[in-house]
Amino acid sequence: MFRTVAELVEIAEKENILISEVMIRQEMDVKEKTRDEVFEEMEKNLQVMERAIDDAMQGVQSVTGLTGGDAVLVQKYMKEKTPLSGHLMMDAVSKAMGTNEVNAAMGIICATPTAGSAGCVPGTLFAVKEQLNPTREQMIRYLFTAGAFGFVVANNAFISGAAGGCQAEVGSAGAMSAAAIVEMAGGTPQQSSEAFAITLKNMLGLVCDPVAGLVEVPCVKRNAAGSSLAIVSADLALAGVTSRIPCDEVIGAMYRIGQQMPTSLRETGEGGLADTPTGRLLKEKIFGMTM
Amino acid sequence: MKYNSVFDIIGPVMVGPSSSHTAGAARIGKAARNLFGKQPKWAKIHLYESFAKTYKGHGTDFALAAGLLGFETDDPQMSKALEIAKQNGLEIEFIEDSASAVNPNTARLIIGDDAEQLELVGISIGGGKVEITELNGFELRLSGNHPAILIMHNDRFGAIASVTKILAKYEINIGHMEVNRKDVGKEALMVIEVDQNVDDDILKELEEADHIIQISKIVS
Repeated sequence: MFRTVAELVEIAEKENILISEVMIRQEMDVKEKTRDEVFEEMEKNLQVMERAIDDAMQGVQSVTGLTGGDAVLVQKYMKEKTPLSGHLMMDAVSKAMGTNEVNAAMGIICATPTAGSAGCVPGTLFAVKEQLNPTREQMIRYLFTAGAFGFVVANNAFISGAAGGCQAEVGSAGAMSAAAIVEMAGGTPQQSSEAFAITLKNMLGLVCDPVAGLVEVPCVKRNAAGSSLAIVSADLALAGVTSRIPCDEVIGAMYRIGQQMPTSLRETGEGGLADTPTGRLLKEKIFGMTM
Repeated sequence: MKYNSVFDIIGPVMVGPSSSHTAGAARIGKAARNLFGKQPKWAKIHLYESFAKTYKGHGTDFALAAGLLGFETDDPQMSKALEIAKQNGLEIEFIEDSASAVNPNTARLIIGDDAEQLELVGISIGGGKVEITELNGFELRLSGNHPAILIMHNDRFGAIASVTKILAKYEINIGHMEVNRKDVGKEALMVIEVDQNVDDDILKELEEADHIIQISKIVS
C-alpha cells in the first residue's frame, strides 16, 4: 500500500504503469475484487457525476434560494461571447459550480472527496474531455488517479472542512483534479505530482466559513476557483514547471495549517464570510435567529 | 490507515449537501440501528461542535433520522426522513450540546424502545467516513471498513478463547480485535473486525458460548 505521493509515483515509475493503474491494483488487492468489479463500481460514480451536471444545466435552486442558476448563466455567456479565460476553462468552472448547485439543492452527487468540494473533479473531467476526447476507460481512470492522490491526503492530513478548513476540501479536490488532468493529457506520474503540489500550495490557508453554516456560500464559487486552478496547474506541470516544495511536504504544511486554524474557521459558520454583516443577515433571514 | 479504499475518496454517492454532516450522519444513524438490531421507538441525539452549530443547514437532523430508519446515503427520501420517522412511531429529540468534543463532528445517540436502550458515540471524519468511538460506556474504535461482531461478555478467563475457538472452527479470520471492560470481573466488550460477513448460525453459537451476554453484528 502506498502511504505518500512519493511512494505512489515511485511504484508507477518502477513498474512503468499509470497512477490510475497503481490505485486500481491496490483496490483490487484490498477489497479482493476483480478488475471488472472495481471498474464497474467507478463507472456508477461516473454516471452519477454525469447526471448531476445534466441536472445543473437544466437550472436548479437551493431551498434557501442562496445558490443555483449560475452554471446556466455561465453556459449562456459562453455561447454569446468569447470568455476571456477561454472556453475550456469556463466550461469546467460552469460544470463544477453546477455540480455544487445540485448538491446545495439536496440532489444526488458523488462526494469527491467531499460533498462541499464535489464540483472540481467532475467539472474538470467533463470540460477537459471535450478537448482530449478520452475513451470511457480513460474517463474512469481519471477518477482513480484523482482518488489515489486524495487517498494520500485523507490518510496523512484531512479532507473535511470541519477538521482542516476549505484547503482540505476544495484544496484537495482541485489538486486531485490537476493530477488527473495531467495523466489524461499524457503527462508523467511525476508531472501529476507537480500539478497536485502547485494547486494545493495555492489553496493553503483557505478557511471554511459557510454563511449560515450551509454548503452554499461561498462553497459553490470555491469549486469554480478549485477547478480553474487545477487546469492552470496541470498546464504548468505539463510545460515542465516543478514545485520547489515536494508534494508530500505541501500536504504536511496543509495539515499543520489546518491544525492551527481556530474552530470559528472550520465549518462552524461562525467566522470569516459567515461573520460579515450580510452573512449574519442572511443567517437571520434563513433561520429567523441572530448569531 | 483511516481510509483504505479509493471509494472512500471518490464516493459515496449521496444526497447533498455535506458528506460529513449529511452522508456521515446517516451512516452513524444506521450503525446505531444495526447495533440495536431493530428500529428504535425513541432517540435522544446530542450534537457537538460543528454538528451542533450547523446541523439544520446541513440536514444532519434528517440524515440521522434516515440512518435510524435504515436508509442508505443516496436514498431520495432522505430529506423527508423526520416526517417518515414520525409516521413510523420513532420520536427523535435533538440536543445542541455545548460540551467540547475531540472530533469536530460528534454525535451521541441514545436510542431505545419499551424493552431496552443503547448509547453510542459516532464521529464523522470527512468524506462520509465515520467511526464509532463509544458503545454503552465502552470506548472502542470501529471503522466500519469491515464487518464486525460486538460481544458483550462477563470479564472472566476463557471468555475470549471460547469466542475465538468458534471463529477458528468456521475459518473466519480476525482482522482487528479489542477488548474493553468497565471494571475487573464486570461487564466487558469484545470488538472483532472480520474479513467476511458472519452467518446468523455462527452468531447463535457464539451467543451460547461461556460468559457471553449479548451479541450484535455490523455488516460492512
